[in-house]
Amino acid sequence: MQRQRHEMLTTRRVTLMGLAVALLCREARAAEPATIAFDGLYKSFGVLGFQFSDRVTSLRGQEVRLTGYMAPPLKPESHFFVLTREPLAICPFCQSDADWPVDIVVVFMKEITPMVSAGRKVVVSGRLEIGSATDPETGFVSQIRLVDARFTLA
Amino acid sequence: MQLRTLWHAVAIGSAFAATPVAAQTIYPINRAEILEGSRFDFKVEFPNAPTSADVAVTINGKPAAEIFGKGTTFTQNEEGQKHSALWLRGATLPAGNYTVEATQGTNKATVKWEVFATTQPRRAKNVILFIGDGMSVANRTAARILSKGWDEGRYNGELAMDDMSNMALISTSGTDSIVTDSANAAHAYTTGHKSCVNALGVYCAKNALTLDHPKVETIAEVIKRRGKMAIGVVTNSEIEDATPASMVAHTRRRSDFNDIVKMFHDVQPDVIMGGGSPNFLPKTTPGSKRTDELDFIARFKEAGYTLATTKTEMNAAVAAGSKKLLGLYNTGNIDGAFDLRLTRKGTVSKFPDQPDVVEQTKAALDLLKGNEDGFFLMVESARIDKYSHSLDWERSVFDTIMLDNAVKVAKDFAGDRNDTLIIVVPDHAHPISIIGTYDDDRPGQLLRDKLGVYADSVPPNYGPLDADGYPTKVDTSRRLAVVYGSYPDTCDTGRPDMTGERVPAVKGPDGKTNIANEKDCTGPLAARRTGNLPFDANSGVHAADDVILTAMGPGAEKFRGHKPNTYVFRVMAEALALGGE
Ligand SMILES: [Zn+2]
Repeated sequence: MQRQRHEMLTTRRVTLMGLAVALLCREARAAEPATIAFDGLYKSFGVLGFQFSDRVTSLRGQEVRLTGYMAPPLKPESHFFVLTREPLAICPFCQSDADWPVDIVVVFMKEITPMVSAGRKVVVSGRLEIGSATDPETGFVSQIRLVDARFTLA
Repeated sequence: MQLRTLWHAVAIGSAFAATPVAAQTIYPINRAEILEGSRFDFKVEFPNAPTSADVAVTINGKPAAEIFGKGTTFTQNEEGQKHSALWLRGATLPAGNYTVEATQGTNKATVKWEVFATTQPRRAKNVILFIGDGMSVANRTAARILSKGWDEGRYNGELAMDDMSNMALISTSGTDSIVTDSANAAHAYTTGHKSCVNALGVYCAKNALTLDHPKVETIAEVIKRRGKMAIGVVTNSEIEDATPASMVAHTRRRSDFNDIVKMFHDVQPDVIMGGGSPNFLPKTTPGSKRTDELDFIARFKEAGYTLATTKTEMNAAVAAGSKKLLGLYNTGNIDGAFDLRLTRKGTVSKFPDQPDVVEQTKAALDLLKGNEDGFFLMVESARIDKYSHSLDWERSVFDTIMLDNAVKVAKDFAGDRNDTLIIVVPDHAHPISIIGTYDDDRPGQLLRDKLGVYADSVPPNYGPLDADGYPTKVDTSRRLAVVYGSYPDTCDTGRPDMTGERVPAVKGPDGKTNIANEKDCTGPLAARRTGNLPFDANSGVHAADDVILTAMGPGAEKFRGHKPNTYVFRVMAEALALGGE
């Protein structure tokens, strides 16, 4: 919703103020994080593993924005949660990561943050990391992460 | 599933154990029935960490080591805990009745075991065990209505599982809880022992590590140790999930998926099929869930398995005469019949060529039937349970129909050869019932207005059946009214969710309490239900209700009346004459 309004304003400015401003605007927007989507994370996805898409690979180390569902958080306040494509039916983290879907994205927050309802759609911005990593605190193995992240309700 | 509940069970267990009057604990436990010659770990725990001089253990009045023919070990302060432990790993006993006494000062604890023999000759060449996970009586009734039709009080046909020669009522409790979970329930079928919630192939002792608890042998291990029979394990859940895992696993915690994959590799069932590939992949492979570098795809291939990742590859492997097959068709659970056939939702777009349980059963039988010494095949329809947890009864019933179609395949295989024992049994129940029908044409605006009970319950108008007996339209104007007896805060839409599996509740902002999933609360008839479960529940729970077992073939006549779930193991072991060395 908010982004739509931003785009509308941008469009109006473009028509009112002409090309120079439009170019400025485009530069200003280029500094904003690139948007990635769950549907675009992988170029192949099979039972023997998956391959990240070229776009995700090229955005490695950069700020990105991704919309998904906050999985049931471990604690009401945490620096760590899991972002999923769909809301999860069953609380999987009660004991282990055994029941997680494979295409999750792990989010490490910049600071400890109060979590919202599981099943809420959130927009997360953070630095994109890909490749196998094990969180020293929880032992959680992840393949794709957003670090130093923040989120807002979608 | 309900892992949250499992923690409670574990916590309660240790609270009892911590009471000051705790007595010695003996494993196997009182009233254990043990197959003659099967391996089990004997353990006695003594509270307050006495020395070996302060305790004595006898079996039928003689020292334990003498009866077992093997020495026992004694550890004071086991693992630094406040108990001492006497162990004999891998014990066996000849048939007979045994009284075990553990004495500590003036305290004496006593358990009795029955070690049972099995008569020769072997009566069944093959055993096929179908497990309808969480399949309650209403699942069968609804499957019959949806797939056979109902007219003036009679069904227009019987399910394949209805039309079998023998039937019994089975009780499913575990040692620690009237209401069990799938791990401990399946463990009773595959080992003949009762254990606690969350456990597979072990008794629940005080050991800190989940893999260290006293083990009992599984039927797959007994068969592999004794001879040349083939073993098959087929499911549409992740292969590491509780029911298939119960064929090979020994762990106090069912979610030890990475260890369970290794245990599958140790036991080497000839056919292994299901979902759950990420626990086979080394952790550096994107998509892996392992925490180590072990590559179990490569290891199974080295052990002579053909790998299949699609239905096409599965059928090709069977056609090529493969003797060993590892089929992994999804990273998670294989999609259920409702989504495979009607919605194409779930993960169908990601994995468009997954076999269903019926196709897997056909392939497994084709592969196993060539074995001269016969086979033991377990087939699970796993998502009957998972969908009931989600209060998604249409999906649960579609997967019940799917199980029945797989049973039909097995009955066709068994034909009149009379050498194959077929058993169909749930592992536990859910509180699910059919109470009438919803009719959109009834006056009123609320879901309750649309509900007809007794004489107002008009017959449903599900769409025509396809060739496999599934209705082709379920989101109709007259539908079964199916209720669950346990639920979190949720919204009931009174109709199937065509967008994907129902999500009844989601976690609230406090991270503990679960609240209704608002997605279901806005439809025209949506009815808000205040949950009747503890606030931390996010889905329906299992029920302690007895379940219905049906069976046919050699040995099936033993199923009658009411039996404990461990009896299923006993009948299978007797039919295959698995007793003795
Ligand atoms: Zn369950």
